[in-house]
Amino acid sequence: MSSGLWDKTAVAEIVAELKDREGALLPILHRIQDRFGYIPPDSIPIIASGLNLSRAEVHGVVSFYRDFRSEPPGVHVIRICRAESCQAMGAASLIDYVKQELKLEFGGTDREGFFTLEPVYCFGNCACSPAVMVDEQIYGRMTPERLESLLRKLRSA
Amino acid sequence: MSRKIYVPADSSAVSVGADAVAQAIERALKQRAISAQLVRNGSRGLYWLEPMVEVETPRGRIAYGPVSPENVEELLDAGMLEGAAHRLCLGPAEDIPYLRNQERLTFSRVGLVDPLSLEDYVSHGGYRGLRRALEMSGAEIVEEVVASGLRGRGGAAFPTGIKWKTALETPADQKYVVCNADEGDSGTFADRMLMEGDPFVVIEGMTIAAVCVGATRGYIYIRSEYPHSYRTMVKAIASAYRNGYLGEDILGSGKTFHLEARLGAGAYICGEETALLESLEGKRGMVRFRPPVPAVKGLFGKPTVLNNVVTLASVPIILEKGGKFYHAYGTGRSRGTLTIQLAGNVKRPGLIEKAFGVTLREIIYEYGGGTASGRPVRAVQLGGPLGAYLPESMLDVPLDYEAVASVGGMIGHGGIVVFDDTVDMAQMARYAMEFCAAESCGKCTPCRIGSTRGVEVIDRIIAGIEREANVELLRDLCETLKYGSLCALGGLTPMPVLSALKHFPQDFGLLPQEAELR
Repeated sequence: MSSGLWDKTAVAEIVAELKDREGALLPILHRIQDRFGYIPPDSIPIIASGLNLSRAEVHGVVSFYRDFRSEPPGVHVIRICRAESCQAMGAASLIDYVKQELKLEFGGTDREGFFTLEPVYCFGNCACSPAVMVDEQIYGRMTPERLESLLRKLRSA
Repeated sequence: MSRKIYVPADSSAVSVGADAVAQAIERALKQRAISAQLVRNGSRGLYWLEPMVEVETPRGRIAYGPVSPENVEELLDAGMLEGAAHRLCLGPAEDIPYLRNQERLTFSRVGLVDPLSLEDYVSHGGYRGLRRALEMSGAEIVEEVVASGLRGRGGAAFPTGIKWKTALETPADQKYVVCNADEGDSGTFADRMLMEGDPFVVIEGMTIAAVCVGATRGYIYIRSEYPHSYRTMVKAIASAYRNGYLGEDILGSGKTFHLEARLGAGAYICGEETALLESLEGKRGMVRFRPPVPAVKGLFGKPTVLNNVVTLASVPIILEKGGKFYHAYGTGRSRGTLTIQLAGNVKRPGLIEKAFGVTLREIIYEYGGGTASGRPVRAVQLGGPLGAYLPESMLDVPLDYEAVASVGGMIGHGGIVVFDDTVDMAQMARYAMEFCAAESCGKCTPCRIGSTRGVEVIDRIIAGIEREANVELLRDLCETLKYGSLCALGGLTPMPVLSALKHFPQDFGLLPQEAELR
């Protein structure tokens, strides 16, 4: 994922490659975020001019969707499901544990830039609740103890 | 002979270690120089048994589960490849009562086949529906779908055939088919299981819709929380193109259908059909006014058939076996099967496809085995985050659109979330408002602002501040949300809130009579 660095040429190439697709803005934003980990605010004018949109329109889309970040995330992104099924199986204790352990609120990144904590409203993993996703890996039947050992592993890796 | 071993690649199975189990099996087979084919199937939907490994034997597919990587060596030693007895052995997979007692029409192949093998798909009855549709006129296809009684499984339960008829009869130079795979309702995972376990059935259903109405382009809009589903669909679409099932001149019929998978970006509201269309067009997912309905003016202003994954995946069998065959299942005006997703605090969570008419009690106790915690069931939320909370005493309601509506609930997308007696229903009502505030697109004031005010009012009720006046205010606010919102998010958020208040007044610090609806 991100190093926080991005380059204009790469963004321009992504825009040029995808701009002729129908409804190209979301695919473009996804590709940029996959590449850099976030949507660099300075990339917005490049996207806007490629799609013949105003900067406000592009910014409006970036800010509408929870997935798109305007700042680089931490090295590891921890996403915890807050929805009903996971609540019924103890998600609250996972959330309390992580917030306390990482001293983070949802949407925050720690000062070292190592962990980002994000809420998710359902992974569709409800039959194996509660669910947590760390980077690309999904974990079901999560407990605070397992989460603790997972965080420890990530820190020592 | 090449033996077959099945380990699900379904993302929920993976979430409890299926990938590690598959790797352990591969390693062990290599060490023992045993040749066998490892198939990564979808899940059978018996999630408490995942990771569930199956081996092909002359007695059928024998299941073992839940298997952990540490079990693999001892299982092989015990003769798992021959289907031998072991404490984890579950016998023939299809004899497990949870599965055997189901009526799997839409899910007939999920967990059974290799999801990405077109050959497997075709040899298990795939593409028979499309072949038949290609010999029919659009009006004849509509007739078949109408005769099946199929209603939209995404939640709104609108008759699918009528929707298709509207799109068919609206003239245009370009029409679209869009599959709503933005399965955001908590407690639901049927769309995900289909996309990961039998992606071709979704593609076939969409292709039949396209052939019916004369659409040449289509999109499947998949939520970003489902990266596994997206990857599987992308691969399946590529395979369908390579084999002449998508693109130009499908199966030599002269018909064209181009299909692309698109990713959402974490907005629940994009599961609402008009917001989904806006999002596909590259805009903020803001709800549109209706009419015009999407079947008349949908994607890029063109007539669009827009259906949920389960709905579209139910179409191939209807075309293959006829509308009458499908209509024979179910009850009243709820025809066919419902893909029930049982989750939350329940001993045996999973996917249960049954004809409409089965009761909630049967599902929760006979299939689910009661709560996972062993404590009494206190509340059940039916139909996702906008569905009603029902108390244990009301579980005898049959799952039938009209019957559930008559007790103040809705089936929605078929999700059931069970809570034991430790649940605080005032907190669940608060959460419903909080969720609405987090996910509102912002177009309608009652939803955008009312949801935040709702959280505050519930907080005051919980804190005991002017309780009676605040309960009155909460009811009034819910009334405004219900009648002053364009879509189901604002319109239905009152359902979980008011049902919690009605059935569980003591959690709000009220006496039962104080919470009676006036």
